[in-house]
Amino acid sequence: MPVTKRNPRVRVMTGNEACAEAALAAGLKFFGGYPITPSSEIAEELSTKLPASGGKFIQMEDEIAAMGSVIGASLAGAKSMTATSGPGFSLKQENIGYACLTEVPCVIVNVMRGGPSTGLPTMPQQSDVMQARWGTHGDHPIIVLVPQSVAETVELTIRAFHLTEKYRIPVILLMDETVGHISEKITLPDPAEVKIYERQKPTVSPDEYLPYKHTESDIPEMASFGTGYRFHVTGLCHDQTGFPTNDPVEIEKQMLRINRKLERYRDDIIEVETAGDADAEIGVFAYGSTARSAKRAMLMAQEKGIKVSFLRPRTMWPFPDREVLAMGEAVKKIVVPEMNLGQVAHEIEWAVRGKAEVVKVNKINGEPISPIEILAAIEKAVQ
Amino acid sequence: MDNFDYTTFLREKKFPLIWCAGCGHGIIMKAILRAVGRVGWDQNDTVMVSGIGCSSRMPGYVDMNTLHTTHGRAIPFATGVKMANPDLHVIVITGDGDATAIGGNHFIHAARRNIDLTVVLLNNTIYGMTGGQVSPTTPRGKKASTASFGNVEAPFNISGLAQAAGASFVARGTAYGAVQLSKYIEKGLLKKGLSVIEAMSPCPTVFGRRNKMKSPVEMYDELRDQSVPVKKAATMSEVELEDKIVTGVLTDVDKPEYTAEYAKLIAKLGGSA
Repeated sequence: MPVTKRNPRVRVMTGNEACAEAALAAGLKFFGGYPITPSSEIAEELSTKLPASGGKFIQMEDEIAAMGSVIGASLAGAKSMTATSGPGFSLKQENIGYACLTEVPCVIVNVMRGGPSTGLPTMPQQSDVMQARWGTHGDHPIIVLVPQSVAETVELTIRAFHLTEKYRIPVILLMDETVGHISEKITLPDPAEVKIYERQKPTVSPDEYLPYKHTESDIPEMASFGTGYRFHVTGLCHDQTGFPTNDPVEIEKQMLRINRKLERYRDDIIEVETAGDADAEIGVFAYGSTARSAKRAMLMAQEKGIKVSFLRPRTMWPFPDREVLAMGEAVKKIVVPEMNLGQVAHEIEWAVRGKAEVVKVNKINGEPISPIEILAAIEKAVQ
Repeated sequence: MDNFDYTTFLREKKFPLIWCAGCGHGIIMKAILRAVGRVGWDQNDTVMVSGIGCSSRMPGYVDMNTLHTTHGRAIPFATGVKMANPDLHVIVITGDGDATAIGGNHFIHAARRNIDLTVVLLNNTIYGMTGGQVSPTTPRGKKASTASFGNVEAPFNISGLAQAAGASFVARGTAYGAVQLSKYIEKGLLKKGLSVIEAMSPCPTVFGRRNKMKSPVEMYDELRDQSVPVKKAATMSEVELEDKIVTGVLTDVDKPEYTAEYAKLIAKLGGSA
């Protein structure tokens, strides 16, 4: 047998390892973390690879500190990230809210395990979907991406950096334990070919710079500390200058602007995968690792002559409500398997406005949902 | 003080200050600015990071890169800033509640890590902004809005905590002894490693009022009378030192600094920042 030269970027690795590799390819320069199962491999990988590429890794004293350090590093100009799971994600919420209000780009990886509390550290659930959207207090914008595989973890990790730098909205990469720990063959991206958006630097002089200016795009230009733009950042509601204000007019302008970015740019932010039969009476909506069981179930149902359509969000938040409504208008029932007690099913019920019945398939015992279970729900739904 | 021009470092448009009449925080802010002026730091390369509380409002008035963070978390944010750009000078402004109650974990770990930050901790022994609740440094027996019958807990010795946790520079001064305080801060700014300068600051409005201290002047007199220089304190017994404030440089040692050690690691691995 002749020895063929292996492509060094074709590798077998876990979702967590792939996340770390993709973050480096996206230009990650700072990682602040704290050990927690099942996300720790991301920190472990980056603790060796970041300094080797000139970046910085720090294991902080707790999750709160890790999130704070990420925001500080981003303000100093570094692409920054943290990774955690369940209980750690709860602790990070305080400073995630700070990043939302102050519009500091950052990526937060949450490898979902079973909850609540210490829950099931080594087993999968998808029960942080609502926490990812509403975990911190107050109305705030946030973007949440949900990969279903190791390959997609690479794509969406890079996309997370792209979106957070572009819109100045924190992005949560919401993996589940299965995606984090499954080993799959992937092709890593060539860092030279990874093109992501770089945050918009000031185009005006320091004297004219307003860090929270109401611009046409709704996205203010962002200076880094130490570049001559001496601006103020606060977690208090602030006006265009960045300083605190109690003026209701100014508060409303800023709050509406930061939240408006999500709706205004939704078509660029939201990505979904659709598949299956256009004339189906049954739809399946699934995300993360559960979507792979769901797609298999769809194929099994089709073999039995049942027409099924399939919708999978790669972006969970902002919620792809129009895409879901389109499915609801086309089918009679939507089967929604998820490893929680129906967090997204409720969102779908809202989105379809009674146009279709929502059939929940839920599991919270730490086991993945099998294709057979979803097939059974599909078969029952057509009866 | 000589011809120091405070206006260089102040955002006078943001005046008047939020602090009450008689509060020591304004005096301490001036002591900090004089120290920064003496070491000659460029305000473009200096970052002031704070948490939440009366003292943490200081960055709003200071013309530097300023970051007013969440309660207790100034040190983690500052750690991220310093790591991402070690060329920046980073000053942390915090209070007794901010740094030793909700932020206590960050405080001791920054000292252990010995990262090059200068922490000026304004200790007024009370939660001022929220209305005078008992803090980790409220003396035993003193009254607070959540200790109406007198505090039954023992207070932290903040400087002792910083020393024990490994800070390379620890000093204590007071708003009364502002000139000496500024010198301690100057030494802290120049120290490579974690510096903690504990600055005792009277709070007439919610501490003095509840504890039968008739006027701010009386509170400053008490600060003066309680202060004992560290050399003299060495000759005094523990009983004699009860209720005293030991002032001066308490620790000044050279040990490996975190960002410098990390830079060595990057160099060893062949990375370039």
